[in-house]
Amino acid sequence: MNIFFKINNNKLYKLLKSLYNLFKAKFSQPLIGIILPVIILLIWYFLAVTETIRNSLLPTPNEVLKEILILAHDGTLFSHIQITLTRVFYGFIGGGIAATILGILTGVSPFIRKLFDPTIQALKAVPSLAWVPLFILWFGIFENSKVALISVGVFFPVYLNLMMGIRQIDKRMIEVANINNLNLFQTIRWILLPGIIPEWITGLRSGLALGWMFVIAAELMGASEGLGYLMIDGQMTGRPALIIGALILFAIIGKLTDELIYLSAKPFLKWKESLDTMQGGANNA
Amino acid sequence: MLEISNISKIFKNNEKDVAALQKTNLLINDHEIISLVGQSGCGKSTLLRIIGGLEKASTGFIKLNNKIIKKPSSNIGMVFQDPRLMPWLNVYDNIKLSILNENKKQQKVKISKTLQKVGLENCEKLWPRELSGGMAQRVAIARALVREPKVLLLDEPFSALDSFTKTNLHQHVKELWASLKLTIIMVTHDINEATSMSDRILIVQKPGEKEDKNTQIININNPRSDLKNVKYNELIKNSIFKESSIKTL
Repeated sequence: MNIFFKINNNKLYKLLKSLYNLFKAKFSQPLIGIILPVIILLIWYFLAVTETIRNSLLPTPNEVLKEILILAHDGTLFSHIQITLTRVFYGFIGGGIAATILGILTGVSPFIRKLFDPTIQALKAVPSLAWVPLFILWFGIFENSKVALISVGVFFPVYLNLMMGIRQIDKRMIEVANINNLNLFQTIRWILLPGIIPEWITGLRSGLALGWMFVIAAELMGASEGLGYLMIDGQMTGRPALIIGALILFAIIGKLTDELIYLSAKPFLKWKESLDTMQGGANNA
Repeated sequence: MLEISNISKIFKNNEKDVAALQKTNLLINDHEIISLVGQSGCGKSTLLRIIGGLEKASTGFIKLNNKIIKKPSSNIGMVFQDPRLMPWLNVYDNIKLSILNENKKQQKVKISKTLQKVGLENCEKLWPRELSGGMAQRVAIARALVREPKVLLLDEPFSALDSFTKTNLHQHVKELWASLKLTIIMVTHDINEATSMSDRILIVQKPGEKEDKNTQIININNPRSDLKNVKYNELIKNSIFKESSIKTL
């Protein structure tokens, strides 16, 4: 009986161990990232339920969820999300393309760098909201001014990372291209492009994060749709649940779009030893 | 035969001309191993880079089998002090960089043969970060050899390696030299390396401040054949650091 139990016990132990290992490999990383939001949720729940902070200032998570579900039910939530996403998308594309072209030009040519870089660096110091009056004047109150503002936000990180990435390309690698008679196209294809992709991706991710920050500024300045508008609406009508709900949606959608860039870039970055370790922590957070 | 004729190299440094090489002349026979030794800044690496086509000479010319070399050529391969492997390319693609203009089938055959020659079969898929220092340098050698060059230039290729790996690679390079009938020109600071590897050691001495003093190159023949005799090491050391001992060679 004892031996039978021992055998079964060993088998059970092995089964449990293999299940544990599988769980650890598949889920432990994402779960670690969830710990902090869960703790915040619990503290929030505790503070709201016990009314340590007044309900008119901090609603319970249930009330926030209910607010989001009401918006989802009548269909307006998705149109708000869609309009914000569209603004970020166009701003990201516009700012990203402009930054990529200028970043490459200033990275490659010292003359163009001397010509453009001081001005760009000076403009970088201008706060986002300072652009608003000028863009409204130039592009009107509607979509164009908002997209332009988001483009400005996306532009600087992409430009800076790309320019620095190109400038930091090891001259010795170019010598390898020269000694092996690589032509210009081959040098770009095999040496320059793969060498700058990590910096470019970092720039795009930082640019996207700033794009999400700037979309709020854009929507706060006079939109009638969008997640930023929901926040203003919540403020005007005294509905903190709506403000917090919009805030959480910003965080979730921002994280998802960042993940999208990361996953799209991953095949080009598999050579980088440190990246997975670095991103693993960041992406599962 | 490699003919180095009247080569000078002047670098402009803050509008002051600095001569790295001055009217240097040298003949290197086919299938020789030559070591260039000398103090730092004597111009040995510059000479190697001019032969490789990475630097342009201010005066003079270099001929390989009676053809003047002005730019990097597939007849000349070069291995640097550090392996200079592209971290984003695996071993196979790093070697492929040398033969990008050939078709895929040829590339595959040549790379596989070359990897075998340098003793790295089955390492094609590895990333540079997964290689040891010795393996990485072997890949760099493979990248230079895959084009089947006549001349292999080695710019202190073993200096960053531990002594065990270094000895191994010395042997390996000598085997490659013997089997592929290469001409090897190696820059080194290691006198033992020079004496154990070379058919000839050339001691390069800096050109003088005045224009009339040219780069001096002192020949020491057949050091490898007389390895047991330590006199070479002493003579080379003396020649590098004290010009007076040149005559005793």
